[in-house]
Amino acid sequence: MVDFAGWSMPVQYGSIIEEHTQTRTAAGIFDVSHMGRFYFDGENIDGFLDTLTTRRVAGMNVGRIRYSLMTNENGTILDDVLVYRLGKPDGSDFYMMVVNASNRDKIAKWITAKLGDHQVTLNDRTTETAMIAVQGPKANEVVSEFATLNPADLKYYTGTVTEVCGNEAIVTRTGYTGEDGCEIICEGGVADEICTKIHERVAELGGGPAGLGARDTLRLEAAMPLYGHELSEEINAAQTDLGFAMNFKDRQFSGRKAILAAKKDESLPVRVGLELEGRRAARENCDILIDGEKVGYITSGTFGPTLQKAISMGYINKKHTAAGTQVTIDIRGKSASAKIVGLPFYSRS
Amino acid sequence: MSPEELLYAETHEWAFIAEDGGNKVATIGISAHAIEQLTDLVYMDLPAVGTAVTAGEPFGEVESVKATSDLYSPVSGEVVEINETLPDNLEILNSDPYVQGWIIKVKLSDEESLGKLLAHADYEKQCGEDG
Repeated sequence: MVDFAGWSMPVQYGSIIEEHTQTRTAAGIFDVSHMGRFYFDGENIDGFLDTLTTRRVAGMNVGRIRYSLMTNENGTILDDVLVYRLGKPDGSDFYMMVVNASNRDKIAKWITAKLGDHQVTLNDRTTETAMIAVQGPKANEVVSEFATLNPADLKYYTGTVTEVCGNEAIVTRTGYTGEDGCEIICEGGVADEICTKIHERVAELGGGPAGLGARDTLRLEAAMPLYGHELSEEINAAQTDLGFAMNFKDRQFSGRKAILAAKKDESLPVRVGLELEGRRAARENCDILIDGEKVGYITSGTFGPTLQKAISMGYINKKHTAAGTQVTIDIRGKSASAKIVGLPFYSRS
Repeated sequence: MSPEELLYAETHEWAFIAEDGGNKVATIGISAHAIEQLTDLVYMDLPAVGTAVTAGEPFGEVESVKATSDLYSPVSGEVVEINETLPDNLEILNSDPYVQGWIIKVKLSDEESLGKLLAHADYEKQCGEDG
């Protein structure tokens, strides 16, 4: 167990490689209750949130979920978040947001400070609720046995309030592994029962619980950024290659101007994927070199258990981003050969 | 070699000291406890034969899926042999950490560092305290 933003969490239950592989081939169950969960009340909530997110969240249809960055006025990244507009069985709907555990207090303060005249309140329900990710090719099938719906019937990045094991819960077709699957948000008091039942069934199908270690190797293979690594207050949203999470047309939001300016700045390095020769991983802070000159740096890396290759993400000067570009990585004083590759490293067939 | 016959560094390397032509040679590996903690080993970097190593200083590194860890030499001296088959067969460390899983052999330049190494029982105690 390790301390992770104040939460005591398992890096692994047994073997990271086994947990990783089970998630790719059957199903993994992840306790992601550390993620911050904010619920909003008030008027014109989407209009207000839209002033803070790089992606348009105003006018989302009920059931929709959008991945977005939140940036400060300099365009650098405060967090990456999911914004939800979810329907309840009684026909009403509500907005919520899931933020990174390490940024929970910061984002709550940021949102509150920006309220101004907006009639919106933020209710941080992180510690009262639980969040369980069930990921992998068999994940939705398992959850369908306990829920009043099959998550596979939801479109990607949609969700709804339904029942799981007879308890009201949110089920969304989202995740952070590159696999199909879903996430369940429920009241804390019923999480144990839901986890236990899903875990039993997952285990029967060749899956099992997965910790932070496998969560990291899975998201890395899927090239999903991790806050504190690929994303930070030192990095402008324009550098991230997450264009899908930014809408500039006909809207204003914190950081917009600075992001547009940064897009034109040729001196800023941008996010790329790298594949290394050999099994040795290049991790955070290793320098990327071409002809002995530093052209970038690594933000995270591992040996990819599914790919059977050492992979990294990092930031590199714009002129070196072409796939196939050969680089050298300085791994703690030793040189490793690598090449730039397209992202993601892994996508499920 | 059985684990009880070995000396241990607090950093989880083991050493077996033998006489060889008037020199003392240490065979060095890492403990089963350390291997269990590391899990999922994917890479090992070893020094070349002839490299000078210093007690308490890194002589190589072992990498698991989650992290890279230094290997610290329990003794000072010169590397006289390395286990060349090991980096490509890291599962040996799980199956046989104390015999086939040896990593390097070092000809001792002095015996000073030996006094700092732990006997098996003391090492076991330390691992127990680590949890």
